[in-house]
Amino acid sequence: MPAADLVTLVIFAGLVLLITPILGAYIHRVMEGERTVLSPVLRPVERAIYRVCGIDETAEQDWKGYAASVLVMAVVAIVVGYVVLRLQNVLPLNPNSATPQSPDLAFNTSVSFETNTNWQNYSGETGASYLSQMLILAVRNFTSAATGMAVAIALVRGLTRRSAKTLGNFWVDLTRGILYILLPISVVIAVFFVWQGMPQTLNAPAAATTLQGTQQTIALGPIASQEVIKELGNNGGGFLNANSAHPFENPTPLTNFVEMLLMFAVPFSLTYTFGRYAGNQRQGWAIFGAMAAVFLVGAVVAMHSQAGGNPLFPTTVNQALGSMEGVDTRFGSGIGALFAAITTSTSTGAINSWHDSFQPIAGLVPLFNIELGEITPGGIGAGLYGMLVIGAILSVFIAGLMVGRTPEFLGKKVEAYEMKMSMLVVLVLGASILGFTALATATTQGQAGPLNAGPHGFSEILYAYSSQTGNNGSAFGGLSGNTPFYNITGAFAMLIGRYGMIIPILALAGSMAGKRRVAASLGTFPTTGVLFSVLVVGVIIIVGALTFFPALALGPIVEQLLQNAGKVF
Amino acid sequence: MRTFLRHQLYPAIALLLALTFITGVAYPAVVTAIAQVAFPNQANGSMIVVDGKTVGSSLIGQAFSDPKYLWGRPSAAGVTDANPAGYDANNSAGSNLGPTSKALIDRVTAAVDQLRAANGNAPVPVDLVTTSASGLDPEISPAAADYQVARIAAARGITQAAVRAVIARHTQLPLLGFLGEPRVNVLLVNLDLDGLLG
Repeated sequence: MPAADLVTLVIFAGLVLLITPILGAYIHRVMEGERTVLSPVLRPVERAIYRVCGIDETAEQDWKGYAASVLVMAVVAIVVGYVVLRLQNVLPLNPNSATPQSPDLAFNTSVSFETNTNWQNYSGETGASYLSQMLILAVRNFTSAATGMAVAIALVRGLTRRSAKTLGNFWVDLTRGILYILLPISVVIAVFFVWQGMPQTLNAPAAATTLQGTQQTIALGPIASQEVIKELGNNGGGFLNANSAHPFENPTPLTNFVEMLLMFAVPFSLTYTFGRYAGNQRQGWAIFGAMAAVFLVGAVVAMHSQAGGNPLFPTTVNQALGSMEGVDTRFGSGIGALFAAITTSTSTGAINSWHDSFQPIAGLVPLFNIELGEITPGGIGAGLYGMLVIGAILSVFIAGLMVGRTPEFLGKKVEAYEMKMSMLVVLVLGASILGFTALATATTQGQAGPLNAGPHGFSEILYAYSSQTGNNGSAFGGLSGNTPFYNITGAFAMLIGRYGMIIPILALAGSMAGKRRVAASLGTFPTTGVLFSVLVVGVIIIVGALTFFPALALGPIVEQLLQNAGKVF
Repeated sequence: MRTFLRHQLYPAIALLLALTFITGVAYPAVVTAIAQVAFPNQANGSMIVVDGKTVGSSLIGQAFSDPKYLWGRPSAAGVTDANPAGYDANNSAGSNLGPTSKALIDRVTAAVDQLRAANGNAPVPVDLVTTSASGLDPEISPAAADYQVARIAAARGITQAAVRAVIARHTQLPLLGFLGEPRVNVLLVNLDLDGLLG
């Protein structure tokens, strides 16, 4: 790996470490309704919203009320999004002449953005009008991100409150997350992005006559404002087809660096917020450490694999730059792989290089990151709630089995009901990914999808359902996903992956909230410190590997072995 | 039922409307206003205008095949029978060919043969035979530019040193010495070679 890439990684990690306590403490203040520096400006807006919407900000909800609000909001948003995408050709603000999306495509797209997935079976330049981009897709970027954050906060409240019935108010948590956290950061960074070269205009695509005399139509739009929230909210849906590889979505190495920071800012900071709620920052740092360790190993493996280039190329090619198929010059193969590791260890799914063209092991890393449940650090909110359940609660349970004691987490007993909900989360993920992949590989409609032959074609299908179930949205882009089969099965994978996790997690939160706290004794397994971080890493790797190793063996692993043997398809 | 309407459905619809106005109308409008005033060139796509005509964007690559021009990377953006060279800036795309794809290896092998026929037998820099991620990559590596100097100088009847000087003017080094790759902007080099940069 080139030294410059390593320096980039080290400085990047340092900045994440710096941001975490600052933003994490701020998020805690906001979500508990305390006064912040932005309150003089935003508090009147917040109160006006509650008045208009008939929301009583002091009325808290139990877990069922909270979950119902999440679901009702989702249904309303999916229906509205579907209608607008179907009618975008007759609605105003369509300078790029987008045609209406077909019923199955509009269903897939609307579900995709509401579930924070941002899987795209349409092409950004021509498949969505400026109106759809601004009023539906960009708005969902904010609301789906804030929903994830709200659910994470509700879970943390459930884990840390004593003998409580309620988890907070979903409408209030949603509003505060957007107003005080996502929106202010977005405004500032969007202006910075324009300065760096991102377009921000409502004008139609531009026409140019090139130096060699051909006509070039250059897609434009309000790109910068959407780009920030795409990364900050771990959404990932590009305004343009090539996503963050497009020079208009990612013009310079500096914008690329900031985009990577935006993806990690909130998910890692929420570990600090968790520490605040738990009354012990070491609880948060233990989770942070486990997340960071798994991420770093994957990132270095992917960067190393890309640096080696493609051994099947003719020897007359100088591959000093590494594997450059599907990589833009300004980023390079190493930073392309780093971006891939970040976008898939969060639930973002933005790409600055095509994962489909990565060397086999570099392609395995994003796939495995998603299949771990996107918890290293995971999506905005979704990462923390996933990690607390798949990582922390499962770890104390296994530690409890080893010493023969009832497991405890944050002073509360973890009992049969909580373990059932936790296992549901783990099983839903594996069942959806492997079930849909099996269905696609066994049917002609599914087999029609892959662009590449051999094991790589199987990887394309596996990646598609991993990405959609995990609400990631990145793709092995060769798959032809805009067919009724892939649009509809994909939409269900996204719904299962989102609400099949949120509902059991809120149920678990409600159950934990009602428990009393028991005093720690000598037999209590401490959930702070390095030992606990190591245990969490062990548990998530073992659960992920046991569930997905057979499928991965049929895809990227066998492809790497066949590439070593010089085989092409 | 009434509590459901009052505490669930009404807040959901009303809040979605309010948030749509704030994040879908007010937010992009404010950013657009600031951008158009503070950075009008970038906000409208960094277009390059020569003699009143738009010749392209400094951020978006174009197809070059004339020996007197610096050539950019192969492109998979909007490739059709009518437009085999790609670089369709309304259809950004990569090839998505996997590392063991026969189509990929065959395409690279053919590109190597073509480049060696035009530029001599030095090893071919990898970025000249691989498609970029966007299909609109405006840049190539300094090695890939250097590889083409002799051909451009011969086609134009100027010295290699003159070509190198133009390339050097449009070469960017990593920010702060580590951020990003060293790179050469192809369109700017070609405009400069043609004497069209003011």
